[in-house]
Amino acid sequence: MRVLILGMGGAVAQRVALALRDKGHTVFGIDTRPWEDAPSDIELHAVDLRKRAAEDVFRTRRPEAVVHMATVTSLRVQGEERHRINLGGTRVVFEHCRAYGVKHAVFVGRHTFYGAAPDSALYHTEDEPPKELASFPELADLVAADLYASTALWRYPELTTSVLRVCYTLGPSAQGTLATFLRGRRVPMVAGYDPLFQFMHEDDVAAAIALTVEKRVRGVFNIAGPQPLPLSVIIREAQRQPVPLPMMVLRQLLGRFGLPRLPPGALYHLQYPIVVDARAFKEATGFAYRSDEVQTIQSFLAAHPPPRARREELFDRLEALGVLK
Amino acid sequence: MTRLEPGGGVKQEDSVQARLDRMELPFNAYGVDPYGVSKWHLRIIFEAMSFFYRQYFRVRCHGIEHVPARGRAMLVGNHSGGVAVDGAMIVTSCFLEMEPPRLAQGMAEKFINATPLASTWASRCGQFPGLPEHAVRLLEEDRLLMVFPEGARGTAKLYPQRYDLVDFGTGFMRLALKTRSPIIPFGFLGGGAAVPTVANLYGLGRIFGVPYVPVTPYLLPLPLPVPLEIHYGEPMVFEGTGNEDDVVIQGYVEQVKSRIASIIDQRRHERWEGR
Repeated sequence: MRVLILGMGGAVAQRVALALRDKGHTVFGIDTRPWEDAPSDIELHAVDLRKRAAEDVFRTRRPEAVVHMATVTSLRVQGEERHRINLGGTRVVFEHCRAYGVKHAVFVGRHTFYGAAPDSALYHTEDEPPKELASFPELADLVAADLYASTALWRYPELTTSVLRVCYTLGPSAQGTLATFLRGRRVPMVAGYDPLFQFMHEDDVAAAIALTVEKRVRGVFNIAGPQPLPLSVIIREAQRQPVPLPMMVLRQLLGRFGLPRLPPGALYHLQYPIVVDARAFKEATGFAYRSDEVQTIQSFLAAHPPPRARREELFDRLEALGVLK
Repeated sequence: MTRLEPGGGVKQEDSVQARLDRMELPFNAYGVDPYGVSKWHLRIIFEAMSFFYRQYFRVRCHGIEHVPARGRAMLVGNHSGGVAVDGAMIVTSCFLEMEPPRLAQGMAEKFINATPLASTWASRCGQFPGLPEHAVRLLEEDRLLMVFPEGARGTAKLYPQRYDLVDFGTGFMRLALKTRSPIIPFGFLGGGAAVPTVANLYGLGRIFGVPYVPVTPYLLPLPLPVPLEIHYGEPMVFEGTGNEDDVVIQGYVEQVKSRIASIIDQRRHERWEGR
């Protein structure tokens, strides 16, 4: 099968490409980001998804399945530009799929779309609408893209559409929301709260997406692996230092003193859990994760040990200069 | 059954840690279950609650054999006392008196999850906001659910009404029918004397984000060391789908309510006779 992966420069997308290639599919991708050591049998077209050149890839290469992973989650890209990429890009993907006879479209979204709130259910099912809009408007474009992709299920009945809501990824690449959050030596928490975080190894996420392509399942599916863990446990096992701060203080300190930069809405995700029920996907595809929660955190830790304390680095430098012995 | 040593302490083999190790919850390598229930938090809480259960309130528990050792079930009873002493003691009774120990999981008021610290401790101890989704999921996973159908109206009872039952909600009955769960009725006595509420300050409660603040003759709603009693009744099983008419459901609810009322009345009568 000819599979086109949009956003193939990402760590998980590259793993999806390799997994599908290994199963004998012809894989090619679109991304403006490079893939440095890409295998020779996987083409990467360095074009903008919203431009004419991307449509040419659809027209000339005639993919049978398209995996759309070209949405921007990075909160550094804001406003109009993000709307253009996430909403405009998703619309273009489905138009091209329809125009060039694609049989199967896979939209890869996030589980955070369900929203965090003190009165929301602990385990979310696919029946629930994504409602992360009121408290976290920065995610509105992604939620809208997810809903737009979901409407393809009834608007384009001839196109098999799979909308995946994937939990946080963790692994050696240290890409993704949770990994970025854990990268520093100190990790902020909201004092008095310790929400459950659900994550899975990036190889397992890639395997789940590849399985979706192969099984051609239709519908909206939550993707999750091992059981969720409290944030404090993840921080401790990743050998980082939790810094519980009152909400008022945390709002002021984010982005300073080595703490990650987060929009105010993201702080809700540090208070209340978002956990998804992935039984429907398991029943539809038979998916089973390989790395449990312990192995997943260990793989992240092995690739990204905690940064050393500034004081230790300073002593090392002074020792190197001969000031200290 | 937990045995007490002459000094009143819990025997070594029945220590909280030993009981936790016998608890049949799917804890992972980090001591956390899929709902975030944490062995570490449970140990701290049950160490404290064991003291209150044994020494402070000297709780007398009857009929614990009616609570199934395994499988889904709903503990349904009356609220007694202005603060959550009743719920805490019911959960502790299932932990200390059952073999193997079980974790009764309550359907807590939603404000608890929005309160710092209480949010973490409640969820780590398996006490989740009272949402139907939580209740259905927990019962379908064969857990033990604790429900007070009187809701916040029940804890707001003043001292003279301490043995009365206010209106029961019907959600628990639809839930029991839908999940085919047996209902174990229980009567809780003594909470009204432990927290003798003379007034409830609803305005002050709104300021603190809670339904109300109970006031006792000594002002603070701190429970007195009054002996408490828990009486579990025989399981009640109802047949149905949960989609029955309100009249049918209300009839079933009245049966449960009258059973709980009879447990309370019978025990009050026995106490009057000095038994």
